[in-house]
Amino acid sequence: MIQRDSSRTGTGSSRLAPRVGRSSLRRRWQLPVASPDPAAPAIELRNVSKRYPGLPPVTALDRVSVRIDRGEMVAVVGQSGSGKSTMLHVMGTLDQPTSGSVLIEGIDTSALGDDHLAAIRGRRVGFVFQRFFLLAGVPILDNVANGLLYTGASRPQRREAARSVLERVGLGARMQHRPNALSGGETQRVAIARALVHEPAFILADEPTGNLDSASSAGIMDLFGSLHAEGRTIVVVTHNEQIAAALPRQLQILDGRLEQDIRTGAA
Amino acid sequence: MGGSSRTFGQVLREGSVVTDLLAPSRLRLSEVARVGLGSLASRKLRSILSALGIAIGIASLVSVLGLSDSSKSALLDQIGALGTNLLTIEAGTGFGAGDSALPETAVATIGRVATVEATAATYGVDAGVYRNDLVPAEQTGGISVFAADPGLLETLNGTISEGSFITEATRSYPAAVVGSVAAERLGIRNLDNPVELYIGGKWVEVLGLLEPFALAADLDRAVLIGDRAAEDYYGIELIPSTVFVRVDESYIDETRDVLAATVDPENPEEAEISRPSDLLEARSAAESSFTGLFLGLGAVALLVGGIGVANVMVIGVIERRSEIGLRRAIGATRAHIRRQFLIEALTLASLGGTVGVLLGVAVTYVYATAQGWRVIIPPIALIGGIAAAVLIGAIAGLYPAIRAAKVSPTEALRSD
Repeated sequence: MIQRDSSRTGTGSSRLAPRVGRSSLRRRWQLPVASPDPAAPAIELRNVSKRYPGLPPVTALDRVSVRIDRGEMVAVVGQSGSGKSTMLHVMGTLDQPTSGSVLIEGIDTSALGDDHLAAIRGRRVGFVFQRFFLLAGVPILDNVANGLLYTGASRPQRREAARSVLERVGLGARMQHRPNALSGGETQRVAIARALVHEPAFILADEPTGNLDSASSAGIMDLFGSLHAEGRTIVVVTHNEQIAAALPRQLQILDGRLEQDIRTGAA
Repeated sequence: MGGSSRTFGQVLREGSVVTDLLAPSRLRLSEVARVGLGSLASRKLRSILSALGIAIGIASLVSVLGLSDSSKSALLDQIGALGTNLLTIEAGTGFGAGDSALPETAVATIGRVATVEATAATYGVDAGVYRNDLVPAEQTGGISVFAADPGLLETLNGTISEGSFITEATRSYPAAVVGSVAAERLGIRNLDNPVELYIGGKWVEVLGLLEPFALAADLDRAVLIGDRAAEDYYGIELIPSTVFVRVDESYIDETRDVLAATVDPENPEEAEISRPSDLLEARSAAESSFTGLFLGLGAVALLVGGIGVANVMVIGVIERRSEIGLRRAIGATRAHIRRQFLIEALTLASLGGTVGVLLGVAVTYVYATAQGWRVIIPPIALIGGIAAAVLIGAIAGLYPAIRAAKVSPTEALRSD
């Protein structure tokens, strides 16, 4: 167990570009040290394509270039099968593009291996899914604390942070409840809290209201709105045009291509 | 509650958590176990059933090893108590026609061998043994009559269950000592009332009853009378049918080599010498070969148990695709997922192994105690049992773990 000094990331003059160096403290592999570039956009896709082999091969993303700045709230809209989920997964490094590059806070992820990509997901990306994916039988406090499981934080640290975000999403009174005791809207709030608990650079939400009734959907979008108002970067994949229209920027995907990039400045 | 909670950023600023963007994902060691155990606890029945397979395999291995050692030690104790230095000499079949016999002087000449500690002989008496004179002559009950001298009991390490053996005083009187099987066939349970037997047309008083002889089972089915009484009452010439010899422990083989020539210098090939304890040792060896067979069966049970664990793990991987996807989304590397599944399999197997060892010890204890054996559980069975379980768990868990690590998170997490 090597505890590294956190001050290293905050120092130095060379913060314009990702700082990559070496430390003798590295275990086993000589892993580079990198810190986010505060001037870089939250996410940038450069000419990203994703093809799945097969007969015929499927092109899920076709030369997409897009830049999402810090503090933006963006809707990704498109038909079912248009490639919007793939785009979300590629943005979050769950999937790697066939060609092109994905930059997260200025760091090019195309050359990184599984360990580093997992680390980026664990520290800088917050995912919210349509199907929530909470562990049944585990209190929601620990479901949220699990968001920090792979950061190396201790259990008390994880729980403390989980308490803080659960209060933020309005579930402070129900921390010991199990997921099946909650309504759909509340369950999604727990999942959002889990996506927030490690204070990610951005939140990627894949059809977050897909399993919810309209009242709960509105509640969830309000929550996203207020998180956006706090300055967080949020990308919401949806096929619901009403929801999309309410967001300040919409990316329309058709057959894997970015058809339109509309900034309405709403909300 | 609100006052006590800080955001993760505030926790981070305390400096105890890695904040390098690219520092590898890290799961604390204590969490590795918790993560593995947690998912087993959520599927209790299935976990218990699959661990049971391993437990049965290990239990059978441990109990086979324990029981074989316990019974072997009981046998060795018996051999040790009886002594391995007893040799018996009988008339062999010889080369010539007709029965050969040991010379009359056999006991005396053997007694002169320096390494011989004690000798005693039995002499065949051609007579039937009956409870009374009304029993038809052909109903002998398969009981033979031997004449013996008073030293026989000690030479054979035998014991009397009731009454007394032939003594210097009673060796010339019409009195008998009854072997254990013979007593049963004659219906003699005890000597509370005086018992007489009708032997070869004469009434003979029963002096004592014998416990079974471990090294001379023939005598269990016999009635013994004093050697002098045999001469006086039955007119028997004292030609030894079997000579029992106790030999100095350190010269057993050497003595054995010279005995035949000593007994019958003219026809040494006609004296057949054997060592009764060899029989017990052969029995012990035979039991060992059964142990091998049972160990094989136990190993098969263990293998089946391992396949059960592998099966449960493979099903678990399929069922828990979304959990795997989520873990990958919150920062688990493939190695983390692999480790988690491997640890689950190892936990199941070592749980099964521990239960199996306990079960095996219990079976050994109960059975050995019931048999009156000393309970011996070899340490190799305990350590080997757990080790075998862990090994099986590792093998059974490897493939499912590799499969789990290969689950594509995007497939697992897709919303449609």
